[in-house]
Amino acid sequence: MTMMAVLAQGIQMVLVLALAPGLTGLVRLVKARLVGRRGPGLIQPYRDLMRLFRKDAVLADNASWLFRNTPYLVFAVVWFAATLVPTFTTLLPLGPSADFIAVVAFLGSARFFTALAGMDIGTSFGGIGASREMMIGSLAEPAVLMVIFTISLLVHSTSLTQIAEYIVVSAVGIRVSLVMALISLIIVAIAENGRIPVDNPSTHLELTMVHEAMVLEYSGRHLALIEAAAMVRLQLFMSLIICVFAPYGMAMKNDTPGTLLVGIGLYGAKLFCGAVALGLFETSIAKMRVFRVGEFLGSALLLSILAMIYLYISRAL
Amino acid sequence: MGCRSYQHLAAAQTRLGPQAPNPIFVVNKRVSKGPGLWRVWAAPTRYRPPLMPQSNCSQKNCSKKADLTSSLMRECIGELLAGIRCARCNRPILNLRYHGIRGPSLLTGLLFGIAILWLLGAVGLTATRQPGGGLAGWAVYAGSLAVCAFLAVAAVSFLLEENAGTPTLILPFGLPMLAAHFRLDDLAAYFLLIVDAVGGLAALYGLGYGRHDGDAVRVLPFFPVFLAGMNLVLLADDAYTFMLSWEFMSVASWLLVLSSHQKQESRRAAHIYLLMAAFGTAALIAAFGVMGGVDGGFTFAAMRAHPLSPTLATLVLGFLLVGAGSKAGVVPLHAWLPLAHPAAPSHVSALMSGVMTKVAIYAIIRVVFDLAGHIEWWWGLVVLALGAATALLGVLYAIMQEDMKTLLAYSTVENIGIIVIGLGLAIAFQAEGAKMLAGLALLAALFHAFNHALYKSLLFFGAGAVLTATGQRNLDRLGGLIHRMPHTALAFLIGCAAISALPPLNGFASEWLILQAVLSGPQLSQWSLQLAIPVVGALLVLATALASVCFVRAFGIAFLGRARSPDAAGAHEVAVSMRSAMAVIAAACVILGALPMTVLSLARPVVQSLVGVAPLPVTPLPWLWLVPDINRASSYSGLILLVGFLVTAGVVQFVRRIVSGRVRRSAPWGCGFPDTGPTAQYTASSFAQPIRRVFGTTVFHATEVVIMPEPGDTSPASFTVVMHDLVWERLYRPVGLGLAWCTVRISALQNASIREYLALMFGALVVLLIAIVVVPR
Repeated sequence: MTMMAVLAQGIQMVLVLALAPGLTGLVRLVKARLVGRRGPGLIQPYRDLMRLFRKDAVLADNASWLFRNTPYLVFAVVWFAATLVPTFTTLLPLGPSADFIAVVAFLGSARFFTALAGMDIGTSFGGIGASREMMIGSLAEPAVLMVIFTISLLVHSTSLTQIAEYIVVSAVGIRVSLVMALISLIIVAIAENGRIPVDNPSTHLELTMVHEAMVLEYSGRHLALIEAAAMVRLQLFMSLIICVFAPYGMAMKNDTPGTLLVGIGLYGAKLFCGAVALGLFETSIAKMRVFRVGEFLGSALLLSILAMIYLYISRAL
Repeated sequence: MGCRSYQHLAAAQTRLGPQAPNPIFVVNKRVSKGPGLWRVWAAPTRYRPPLMPQSNCSQKNCSKKADLTSSLMRECIGELLAGIRCARCNRPILNLRYHGIRGPSLLTGLLFGIAILWLLGAVGLTATRQPGGGLAGWAVYAGSLAVCAFLAVAAVSFLLEENAGTPTLILPFGLPMLAAHFRLDDLAAYFLLIVDAVGGLAALYGLGYGRHDGDAVRVLPFFPVFLAGMNLVLLADDAYTFMLSWEFMSVASWLLVLSSHQKQESRRAAHIYLLMAAFGTAALIAAFGVMGGVDGGFTFAAMRAHPLSPTLATLVLGFLLVGAGSKAGVVPLHAWLPLAHPAAPSHVSALMSGVMTKVAIYAIIRVVFDLAGHIEWWWGLVVLALGAATALLGVLYAIMQEDMKTLLAYSTVENIGIIVIGLGLAIAFQAEGAKMLAGLALLAALFHAFNHALYKSLLFFGAGAVLTATGQRNLDRLGGLIHRMPHTALAFLIGCAAISALPPLNGFASEWLILQAVLSGPQLSQWSLQLAIPVVGALLVLATALASVCFVRAFGIAFLGRARSPDAAGAHEVAVSMRSAMAVIAAACVILGALPMTVLSLARPVVQSLVGVAPLPVTPLPWLWLVPDINRASSYSGLILLVGFLVTAGVVQFVRRIVSGRVRRSAPWGCGFPDTGPTAQYTASSFAQPIRRVFGTTVFHATEVVIMPEPGDTSPASFTVVMHDLVWERLYRPVGLGLAWCTVRISALQNASIREYLALMFGALVVLLIAIVVVPR
């Protein structure tokens, strides 16, 4: 158990880091192809990160220690959170240290410090980004809790490992409540990652951006870390959705190295599907006004509450 | 020294024999026949030192700790307390238990400590007008610090003691024919720890704070008295002593609010506080009156012995929620709190917000879980609804505030809401007989009370430091303080992160436990509770998420960015004692987040004594894991998260070694426009604007008026937001108007003629006579 588990944990730690830029590149590639462009290749995000790492960091005159240290902190938080979510195996020794709630809250720490860093320089862009990012984040959290509540009603646990094993072993099948919870979680994931109807990561006009406005002052290795953190976060949310709603093929306890390899392969395939779906979704929808986001996230909350009520009713039947 | 006294006790132990029965102290009540009012007198008549490992000071078994390793609690804290050992015989010397201070002597010691606090109040009267009050100022704060430290250590040692019993003491004070009853049990000891841990730190902070604030001299006589009042409330064992101590607490804090009485708003705050306190006290007296019953059993022991009928118990709960709820700041009785708490000097604000509200929570727990003796399941619904409303409204108000201390006071309202949600869950589970879950919810509420006391005092200390350094409380006059006050900034940042429930800090650990209790809601049988609990959970999470908005705003506007006023630009770091008080609490926030079992193991016996079962199953490595329910398999480990994060961050730091580590400085990006100065930064109100857009129209009836002149018109543009405080407008104003109307009507009676008075008396006499005849015996 121990040797395999530590190995799996190590693989997971490296895997999330290695795959994350590729995933972002894949989403960009799909979007480019859908609008009829050739688009940059899959490895362009890796090249971008390397380019940024090689550059000098330019700091504003009045940047404080908080501003300088936030990129390291944010990246470490997101990376560590990503290692806690089962991706190809549930055999993670660090898994029990944080359940679904704690992983989401841990990502909240990253948001907290990014927003503070946005306010450190004292420009309007940082402030506007920070205040809007915090609003979006705070409106998303109740929906996450209701999704967790729905799942915990079924699984009787909030531990991600337990959830994945329960879904695979007990063959819950397709349930209306789970579909609603899935949609709700996808909406939350879109909002938390600043994807298109909520925010546009590739725009160049500061005032329409949320996340990018907040990190406008970063450059060089700091910006590389912030960007890498955003890529890992996108992958983390996809892993979270995969882990809760499609953990099939994941290696379980007492499995051989062979099943681990199968798990990794399947995980890659699931990520591929997720990236294609995200690209499709983003090209087919327009960005909404900032203050429509509340309604968008409100619908997520409503869906998750409905999911819970459906589950109550189906339990009572 | 420690060694010798230990040997002395060991000798006594040998004489009595190790097999003597275990309830170790005996309190004999004897009624003296002497004249006078002091009839009831009790004294510890037989006292025996505690049981010890049998083979005491024989050198070979010296380090044996047979009774230390037995339980979960000991593993967590017992080792720490027992850590300092005698150099010669390797016996623990810091542990109070080994010196025989326990049982009634411990209670006597606590009361002596409180008496010393009173004396310190008298010392405070001799304060001179010089800054800090001269020698008296130093004596008051140093003395309070020492006494609080003693009381806190005594409370911890009591909580660590297994089979510590509940020592009682009856003192010949109080009304004629009545004595003052005191009792120390686990619940009281836990809250003593909260009061005195924060009280001691506030005293440490006060040592430095008084040197800068002229008004702080007026605090000196009342600061220790306020602490004494809060301690006495916790030890009181009869309704009379309880209410007397409660009123001392209220009046002392009222005087503390008045310490800056030159300011109009302080006087108004104190006036409203006094009214609300009197109102709350009246409700509490009514609650005790109902519990005491017709027979007038005013001791808590008598109330415990006579469980109430459901109707009467509900009546008690109603009075209690009004009486203690108004002191705690439960919506809609919170209105005085954000006025009064910020008006006092900052270390007193910390005590009022962090500690006095907890004393009110103590009163609720004491009555509901200990004295009332009956719990209805639908109380849970009421308390949950109150808690959710309090949490959400509190944080929404907090986000709208521009005054730093008012913001913190509203955030106290929010956290009280979270604690009340925990209590509501505990009530619901307890009424349904799910004791394990009731214990979990109560434990979470107790833990959150402790955590909130810590980080709220830290934040008030930080606000006080900012006030000392800049003379400003308004967020829009601050900015850039992280450069000028780096230590305060770091401590305040940790406080902000903890109160925003960010893992791995302590605020998250307690919220996680409350959420685990929420997730157990479906195990209840009442469908209304089943549906209400998840909604309350969603509101709780929303409130927490909004709290992080609130504290990003508070820290970001006050400490980050560029200075918005000359005061902020010229700030300097504050005194060492103030910074050390903040550093201690900031460290505690991190440690309790990583190792929540330290406090939880102290709260566990409390829950066990109230609910009957000890929550949190014992798992391997209990200090590392938080496992609320062995069947649910959910777990959390703050330490692993913290260490994992630190290791990851260490790895990430290597990036600097590999890639370019150079830094250039330049002007911030301004879209090509020249620097517009610090006024172009986001302000406190602009940061709150998105939240105001989402919630403002419904909660505050907010209206925005934008006057934008036409191009070419030189008149100024303006933007006005009008927000309404609906609680004031819909509740307090009508009540106030009604009271005024009644007063005017009744005052007519005060100027009646002698004939009218005689007629009134005659009428009253007739009515009473009729009543005596009509009402059946």
